[in-house]
Amino acid sequence: MAKKVLPGVHPSNAKNTTHLAPVRMATPAQVVIPMSQHIGAPCQPVVNIGDSVKVGQLIGEATGRVAAPIHASVSGKVTAVDKITLPSGNISVTVTIAADGEQTPYEGITPPTVTDYDSFIEAVRASGAVGLGGAGFPTSIKLCPPDLSAVDTLVVNGAECEPYITSDYQIMMHHSEYVLAGIAAVRKYLELSRVEMGVEEHNSDIIAHYKNLTADDPAFTVHTLKCLYPKGAEKVLIYETLGRVVEEGKLPFDVGCIVMNVGTLAFIGSYLATGMPLVEKVVTVDGSAIREPKTLIVPVGTKAGDIAAAAGGYKAELGKIISGGPMMGIALKSEDMPLLKSNNALLFLDVEEATPPPTTSCIRCGRCVRVCPVYLMPLNLERAYNLGLVDELEKLKVNLCIECGCCSYICPTRRPLVATHRLSKQLLRESKK
Amino acid sequence: MQTERKIILSSSPHIWDKTTTSTLMRDVLIALLPTWLAAMYIFGTAALWPVLVCMVSCVFFEWGYQTMMKKPVTVGDLSALLTGLLLGLNMPPAVPLYIAVFASLAAIVMVKQLYGGIGHNFVNPAITGRIIALVSFGLPMSTYLLPAGTAASLDSGFGVDLVAGATPLALLAEGRKAALPSLMDMLLGFRGGSIGETCAITLIIGGLYLIYRGVITYHIPLAYLGGVAALALLFGQDPVYHLLSGGVLLGAFFMATDYVTSPITERGKWVFGLGCALITMVIRVFGSLPEGASYSIIIMNILTPHINNLTLVKPLGGIQK
Repeated sequence: MAKKVLPGVHPSNAKNTTHLAPVRMATPAQVVIPMSQHIGAPCQPVVNIGDSVKVGQLIGEATGRVAAPIHASVSGKVTAVDKITLPSGNISVTVTIAADGEQTPYEGITPPTVTDYDSFIEAVRASGAVGLGGAGFPTSIKLCPPDLSAVDTLVVNGAECEPYITSDYQIMMHHSEYVLAGIAAVRKYLELSRVEMGVEEHNSDIIAHYKNLTADDPAFTVHTLKCLYPKGAEKVLIYETLGRVVEEGKLPFDVGCIVMNVGTLAFIGSYLATGMPLVEKVVTVDGSAIREPKTLIVPVGTKAGDIAAAAGGYKAELGKIISGGPMMGIALKSEDMPLLKSNNALLFLDVEEATPPPTTSCIRCGRCVRVCPVYLMPLNLERAYNLGLVDELEKLKVNLCIECGCCSYICPTRRPLVATHRLSKQLLRESKK
Repeated sequence: MQTERKIILSSSPHIWDKTTTSTLMRDVLIALLPTWLAAMYIFGTAALWPVLVCMVSCVFFEWGYQTMMKKPVTVGDLSALLTGLLLGLNMPPAVPLYIAVFASLAAIVMVKQLYGGIGHNFVNPAITGRIIALVSFGLPMSTYLLPAGTAASLDSGFGVDLVAGATPLALLAEGRKAALPSLMDMLLGFRGGSIGETCAITLIIGGLYLIYRGVITYHIPLAYLGGVAALALLFGQDPVYHLLSGGVLLGAFFMATDYVTSPITERGKWVFGLGCALITMVIRVFGSLPEGASYSIIIMNILTPHINNLTLVKPLGGIQK
């Protein structure tokens, strides 16, 4: 199949932390760990107020099939079992731990015994791994497609196309042994014949490094992706590495592949070697309000305010906190919001950058159409939504929107296009009831 | 940590491209400036006042209408200023200034504001303003001055700097090929015509600037100009004179590419440009008017919503039932 480069936008890269290797932040005084950090049933807390916990100890048990267990990220005492509203809008039970600063690892931590597919999936499930897509899809579920024999390819997402974020770069650069171990395990136990890794061309050092490391493996291809956001979007990456189109209503395994982020793979690699579950994250801390942009290793559940303080605090009045990148990240409502497993960046913007520009009338310039990576017509979608034309929204395929934000980003009249597409999707869901 | 700090919550994305409506309009103004300057060199103050009056009137009428109707005033987006400049460049040199004011009123109030302002008009305001003025004031709107020193003006025997005379298209239509300006004069703009349509060199430079800046895409100008050249050959006429005369260059780069009134998709733009070329050449060769650029664009403007509906892009992975 003839492949072409799908459209996109060129936001300023702003990768200020590329040359700042990850450093472990000082253990925060307190962490607040939500029991719902994944799509699916929330975990049940298995600790009570007053209990002592150690790093890696199970504190939230996965009850449903689609779930990932939660572990303590600091050693200390449980001080509260409470509730908060997460950025997604869901209300979640939280376990608050006052850290003792010792970071004593839990005694029961040993590398898992993995011999076959079933024990591998069991290990991934026990590790607490979730994907980085923001929603936090449990990795163990992703590795269990309905028909495993139809899947032949592992697509490794090393695109990291959002501005600012370098946490995947750091992982690829400094922990290639874990990345490759994770890839090797997925490949072995899922019996996948090919590995296609996509990295943006500006990370030429990473591309050279991995080409070198996998030179004797003909089934491992490192693809150089054009520096054009959003190359890391799942459908875009599958198309540009494999030339396969994921049709509406389908998932990657329908076209024979599984897409995994380098961060998730590196975590699986390290879990298989050490047995330490997902309790900390490599996080890019940056933005116009932050004094010292940094790459930090942060315990899950650390509050945004503590993370900002670990990066030198603010140099300007804080206007907005974004969990994730500036194109798709979610604005947090306060500095008390905890770091989730799926987070890989926290951006702190000053008031000027945080203030959304005024919206004016659409001038029908067509830029939104030209930049849409999945060839939608955002201006027509917006019109259809405003007129309440449900059939038109369906015909124009709003459900294919990957919510990358290119249309809103490029719009000279600053229309909130992607926000409207989300409302349109909701309208379609409601109209089907 | 308790915080009293108020922070902003908004939907992603959280950053935007630098381009806004006013930067786009500013780029088009910049692209047209050399053409206006060249016109003032060629026609003198006859090219200054009509354009200036159109620009001031357009901005004034937009401000006045929006103020009267208690709407937000949007003259800051520079679109009214641009309409004024384009309208002025579409006027004959030394046109009576009340006509310039009248055309501005028609363009801004009738064509643009009554339909809802920027983004809502269905025909190009500047072209429609010109056509309304042309049908209202037939004689002054079709009296074209010739620049001093051109073959045609010497031929006419008047000893003054600027004289009224036939445009190259009128000469072609009348079959007076000997009186046609030289190719060099056509390129530099020393010929009869509207203020901003004669200097081919500056129009091409301005058009290429817009394409380079990403303000317009090449599709409509290429389809329009390519279509005119191909049809001229087909009709056994000189394609170079057809490209350089009349309002084809001004139209192809600056009027037919108006966002609001031209198609969105690439395929739509091809259709639109070729349609403009066909109508222009049919009017020129078979019609009773010497020039058809304005009419071709306004007709294609009217067809644009239908072209848009027939040239939707196909979503990646979309299945049409």
